Amino acid sequence: MSATNDAFLETFPVTLRDAATNWLPAPWNWLAQGLIAVVAVLAIFGSLFAILTLVERKALGRVQNRPGPNRTGLPYTARLPWLKFTEGKIFGLGQPMADGIKMLTKEDIVPREADQVLHFIAPVAMLAMSLMTFAVIPFGRNLVPVELDASVLYFFAAGAATELAVFMAGWGSRNKFALLAAMRALAQLISYELPLILSFVPVVMIAGSLSTVGIVAAQSSWHWGFIPHWYVLTPWGFAGFLIFMVSALAESNRSPFDLPEAESELIAGHLTEYSGFKYALFFMAEYLGMTALSGMAVTLFLGGWNAPLPFLQFIPSYVWFAVKLLTLLMGFIWIRATLPRLRMDQLMHLSWKFLVPLCLVNLANTTVWHLTASLPLAVRWLLCAVIIVAPFTLIGRSLTKGVAPRTYRYAE
Amino acid sequence: MSAPSENSPSAVRPPSSGADPSAFPGLTSAPGSNIRAVNDPFHGDLLEVSMGPHHPSTHGVFRMMVTLDGEVVVKLKPVFGYLHRNHEKLGENTTYLASMPYTDRLDYLCSMTNNWAYALAVEKLAGQPVPERAEYIRLILAELTRLLNHVCLAGFLLQDCGASGTPLMYAFREREKILDLFESLSGSRMMCNYQRFGGCRIDPSAEWLDRVRALVAGFPRFLDEFERLITGNEIMMARTPGVGCLSPKLAISAGITGPMLRAAGVDYDLRKVDGYGIYPRYKFRVPLGAHGDTYDRYMIRVLEMRESLGLLEQVMKDIPGGPIMDPKAKLRGLRPKAGEAYGRIEGPKGEIGFFLISDGSPNPYRYRVRPPSFVNLTVLEDLCLGHTIADAVIILGSIDIVLGEVDR
Repeated sequence: MSATNDAFLETFPVTLRDAATNWLPAPWNWLAQGLIAVVAVLAIFGSLFAILTLVERKALGRVQNRPGPNRTGLPYTARLPWLKFTEGKIFGLGQPMADGIKMLTKEDIVPREADQVLHFIAPVAMLAMSLMTFAVIPFGRNLVPVELDASVLYFFAAGAATELAVFMAGWGSRNKFALLAAMRALAQLISYELPLILSFVPVVMIAGSLSTVGIVAAQSSWHWGFIPHWYVLTPWGFAGFLIFMVSALAESNRSPFDLPEAESELIAGHLTEYSGFKYALFFMAEYLGMTALSGMAVTLFLGGWNAPLPFLQFIPSYVWFAVKLLTLLMGFIWIRATLPRLRMDQLMHLSWKFLVPLCLVNLANTTVWHLTASLPLAVRWLLCAVIIVAPFTLIGRSLTKGVAPRTYRYAE
Repeated sequence: MSAPSENSPSAVRPPSSGADPSAFPGLTSAPGSNIRAVNDPFHGDLLEVSMGPHHPSTHGVFRMMVTLDGEVVVKLKPVFGYLHRNHEKLGENTTYLASMPYTDRLDYLCSMTNNWAYALAVEKLAGQPVPERAEYIRLILAELTRLLNHVCLAGFLLQDCGASGTPLMYAFREREKILDLFESLSGSRMMCNYQRFGGCRIDPSAEWLDRVRALVAGFPRFLDEFERLITGNEIMMARTPGVGCLSPKLAISAGITGPMLRAAGVDYDLRKVDGYGIYPRYKFRVPLGAHGDTYDRYMIRVLEMRESLGLLEQVMKDIPGGPIMDPKAKLRGLRPKAGEAYGRIEGPKGEIGFFLISDGSPNPYRYRVRPPSFVNLTVLEDLCLGHTIADAVIILGSIDIVLGEVDR
């Protein structure tokens, strides 16, 4: 690890930060380093949000046989010789900027009956809480804004606080659709908090650490030099990863669990009475929340910033993190393009009758994995796979019993 | 499946029994059991929500005054008329021919069948025969309209289920192909104004007929793809079966027609019953549902599309030559003898009929439209009671309304 550890690109962000702050006296140095981390996270994930909205619309468009936004370019790009062929449209790359300008210049309408304070605080609180979750994600080797001993707990505590903001928005708008959405959101988010947290407990058990840095470090070696030690490649880790991602879909209000803002039912749910910049804040907070949860999934299950194979370590760690993160985000978009929405009661059934029992089985499964450490790997693997697949099949069967395509009779 | 006696259209409507819990023990609760007394102090007040007229999924300017207990619908009052355009009075104040373009605007997805129904009524009134070739063209256009309408319904229904546009866009791709055919034939995509009393307006070329053949040949592939995407989907299977069950008894007594009636298991298709046009010459089957729920209403439409394709395939083989217009037909200054006539056909949404009374003048004395989606909409409350607001949206979607026709 020595040579790759010191590679220029690998250490570049830290070197840059140190060069900018080392001349300061010690207490100021710490503050400046913290501020630089904050600015970097805001800049990188703020622009990622902008690009993600474009990527999502493009991807949705491609799935749906249409080109997606491809008209809005940037000024003067048509004059650049190597961009001339785009005729100033540059594949719609100007779309996020146009969206941003539109959002900022729109009138901010607050309903007369609304609770002015809650209506104002909700988007701010939502964005603040989503941003706070980024503090503990290790984006690369030595690239974690704040190193905490219980950073996983911190992450989910901060993430859970967004639920309050959603409820504030729904309640404060004094709109019936928003109120219904607030109730839905509260029930949904709290129900899915449980499988979300239970699904990563096995990781904490095996890694023996609540620190994200520690969990990534525990996944940084290879079996026989080519099978990474990522937790997703174990039976309990794979099950945990899937449950985590399903819960993350629900936590970030993404289709097929987008019930709080179900367009066809509740118009825009808790966002019905929001417009202009406040709406943009909500929008941003939701994408950031989705990004943060994906980042956490990468950290907990997909080996964080570790390269999949030893000889690929020459690629900087933060690139690996970004690749994994974007893959998961594309998964979110793909699912949104494909699936219809569940109903509220079915959503609850899925959480309480399916995901939570499976999480508990998975905990026991992890214990078996831990206690059978002396057995050969194949035997352990088989044993743990059976322990999780059998309940999955049984519970799944009982939930979807009677679901079969019907046959129809014809009258001649 | 609720027993037929349970939802009868009485003055005091009992809450329909809702979903069959045994059909979906895991994923579905029985929403009907959630209904509580109105003045239950523990559960608090009911919430009255006005869905519409500006709501994303009321298919236009329809409005539902929904009273909710939690999320369960305990009362639903449909409010329509926001798109009222005085259609029938306009018809009484214009000549017979001048009403033809107005019929396009009734159900703006199915202008061809609206035209045909109106033309049929006037032909009955005036005793006007129709040449053979025109009958074939009318059938082809009506079945194409059926495909167009059903494919749109499937797309919109899934949009109401919350699929973010993908099924709708797949459906619209096929719809565009049919609209292109309509445009090249009549000059307009949706407002075709194509049928005339005693024939059709424009003779389709051989090349146009080849394009129809190509479309008919390619359509099953799209249907297979669409069904692979959606029909067996677990979420679809959890959302639609057992939702909005319509009993055959209520369906008959409320005058429901079209795929909605057949989904309830009643064998009634005007193409078979009336045998108008050249339908009796060709073989096609009428799919029937057993449960009358939203899933049946969706599937019946998919199966009807397949039957329509089979029918089109047979018809396209033997289109005769000849005139498309009866040479003696009178269009301008038509003054039918005093009398009355009712012309009806099986439109994609149900029985579309026109009732005309002539007093011998150039204008009809009475011009009355029997719009299928307006009649089908009247049972909305019976279907929705006891279901959640999310189900009410997909039930409305499965009824298949077009507000231009409901409000007229």
